Amino acid sequence: MKLVLKLLPLVVFVALAAFLYRGLSLDPSELPSPLIDKPAPSFVMGTLPPGQQPFDSSSMAGQVWVLNVWASWCRPCIQEHPLIIRLAQQMQVPVVGLNYKDDPTDAQRWLNQYGDPFAHVLSDQAGDVGLDYGVYGVPESFIIDRQGIIRYKQVGPIDEASLTDTIMPLIERLKEHDS
Amino acid sequence: MRILRQTPARLFLCLCLALISGPATLLPLPAAELMTQFDTAEQEARYQELLREYRCLKCQNQNLADSQAGLASDLRREIREQILSGKTNEDIDQYLVGRYGEFVFYRPRLSNKTLLLWTGPFVLLALCLVGVYVMIRRRRTRSRDQRVADATTASGSAEELAEKLQKARDLLSS
Repeated sequence: MKLVLKLLPLVVFVALAAFLYRGLSLDPSELPSPLIDKPAPSFVMGTLPPGQQPFDSSSMAGQVWVLNVWASWCRPCIQEHPLIIRLAQQMQVPVVGLNYKDDPTDAQRWLNQYGDPFAHVLSDQAGDVGLDYGVYGVPESFIIDRQGIIRYKQVGPIDEASLTDTIMPLIERLKEHDS
Repeated sequence: MRILRQTPARLFLCLCLALISGPATLLPLPAAELMTQFDTAEQEARYQELLREYRCLKCQNQNLADSQAGLASDLRREIREQILSGKTNEDIDQYLVGRYGEFVFYRPRLSNKTLLLWTGPFVLLALCLVGVYVMIRRRRTRSRDQRVADATTASGSAEELAEKLQKARDLLSS
């Protein structure tokens, strides 16, 4: 009994230290999305350039696709964009760009400057679609499968590691699934 | 007031004034933003209360009432619209949790997952108090035992031994 009592502070300390150490490696700005493995919210949204038919998200049924939330005022989006272009080309997967709370003219200028890999560019000036998808920062990306279920959310810009280790393999796997 | 003629003092005074007035520009804009129209006073009260209950996901240490972020403003607008369209507090909770997760509650809800979060500090405190109590008890008994041991070590004459025996008895009965 005495030995147990002697060791107790050490045990408590080790347990506490373990929790705190784990906490240091967690990033509070990366919230796990409650939408993973849930149906992607359906929506209809106007597109850029203006004057076309609005985009209906249900038209993507049967395809694996990526929703990339971006804006011309977003600095990290510039770093991420070449990887988005690569993703669209290499994986042959439609990438839908959600232009979030942005000015259409600025957005179009940004695309002209940095490239436009998007199958569709949605103009979400009020951020309504963003709200439905739980967007709280830019950029964010969602991978949606053939059944319209969200399978992965990237908080923040896609980097080399997450692209090659997580996103591309996942898209491969999802594409092998029959609808 | 002679001190104000000296430049360093003047500089210091200016700095103090700047520091006091500077933060005033950071005060939230209560009047313009939050003075929105509601149908009833009850709705307005609910609105104010709910804003304090939800976290701004962008400025995570602020609630929706205090945060200046664009997302906070969007969420305030959404909450107001939902209140006006007759949604209950539970509806609005579900709406936000469904999109942002439990973290959207500024004060963590008590559930199986958060039990450790809520009770942990108190459990830890209790353990420490128990530990301290045990340590004090042990030290007191040990010092008493020590003194008894000193008193009973055999040395010197019979009288000294008798004296020690008596001291030992006294200690043991204290």
